[in-house]
Amino acid sequence: MLQINQISFSYNKKAGDLFSDFSLNLEAGNVYGLLGKNGAGKSTLIYLMTGLLTPKSGEVLFDGENVRRRLPKTMSDIYLVPEEFDLPRLSIKQYVNLNSPFYPRFSMEDMQRYLDIFEMGGDMSLNLHALSMGQKKKVFMAFAFATNTRVLIMDEPTNGLDIPSKSQFRKLVTTGMTDDKLMLISTHQVRDISDILDHVTIIDQSRVLLNAGFADIMSKVAFRPLQEGDQPLFVLQSPFGPLGAVRAQEGEETKVDLEMLFNAALQNPEAINQLFTTQK
Amino acid sequence: MNFKDNKAIYLQIADRIGDQILSGSLSPEGKVPSVRELAAEIEVNANTVARTYDHLQQSGIIFTKRGLGYFVSPDAKEVIVSLRRDQLMKGEMDYFLGQLKAVGITPVELQGLYQDYLNK
Repeated sequence: MLQINQISFSYNKKAGDLFSDFSLNLEAGNVYGLLGKNGAGKSTLIYLMTGLLTPKSGEVLFDGENVRRRLPKTMSDIYLVPEEFDLPRLSIKQYVNLNSPFYPRFSMEDMQRYLDIFEMGGDMSLNLHALSMGQKKKVFMAFAFATNTRVLIMDEPTNGLDIPSKSQFRKLVTTGMTDDKLMLISTHQVRDISDILDHVTIIDQSRVLLNAGFADIMSKVAFRPLQEGDQPLFVLQSPFGPLGAVRAQEGEETKVDLEMLFNAALQNPEAINQLFTTQK
Repeated sequence: MNFKDNKAIYLQIADRIGDQILSGSLSPEGKVPSVRELAAEIEVNANTVARTYDHLQQSGIIFTKRGLGYFVSPDAKEVIVSLRRDQLMKGEMDYFLGQLKAVGITPVELQGLYQDYLNK
């Protein structure tokens, strides 16, 4: 549904390309987790995907249309929740009335439901300016989900949320997700969102280190205490002996540990690449 | 829902549904929540829940009625008990017996302990 075709991009010539010849294909019906180190280009990639930045070469297509043209039919079907944002001095109700007409599938009923999930329901006359940062984020996200755009991209959505709200956020995603939608969550807080993802995309220095579904990951990599003869892709020392990410044996299925997977992809990119590009 | 680290999540969800069937909160031939409902309730990806349902269906614990969703099989309890028995015998029992041997508990003592447990 969203195709990134051989894009190159740099913020300035001296620093060199942040992306060069970078391609990635995202399909509807999936919740993607976009992981990468600080400075790996996650936010930049998001801005390129939503048409806010222009690649030096290459293109990003949404339903076959270049997002950089910012056509109304594209912009009304993509919603971006950036990591930081400002909200105007308006009530929630005024904000919704002002912004919802841009999104043909916006649903007031959904808005109410999502505000309820965040325990922000009830008073739509609250002024956005009187809200805390976390509360602003909740209203913004409730609106984002209520637009029912087919593409919803979130940059560090759980940053600034308190502990109960992280669970509420997961509920928002699992409630709002449908087969025709594509969600992408860029984050460092992998523990917050691991269970709600279908798909993991790890990028580093303009490369895709891993782009795989959970079922695929589970059949290929196991996360467990190391045994003799294991050739681990990543080792984590623990008080109970070494744990690691290892090639899964036939029929072995363990819970996917995104932190270990991420570290394995960074430390052992060739081995991970080989494991996921060749058929088992 | 809180998950343990040592087992695939889709299997942990299957265990939870198994518990609900054994405890009677899901009854034989009763409707199982839809994939999306359960996913939202336990805050887990819908494809993971779909995988759980596939697994339960293959084991004969639930079945589909076309267009109506998933239902608990009439003999689900028996199936779960027999599967769990197999699992226990293959896995934990071996470890447990090893521990008994290591600390020197005799078969007679074990019998007494088990009897006491059943009488509680």
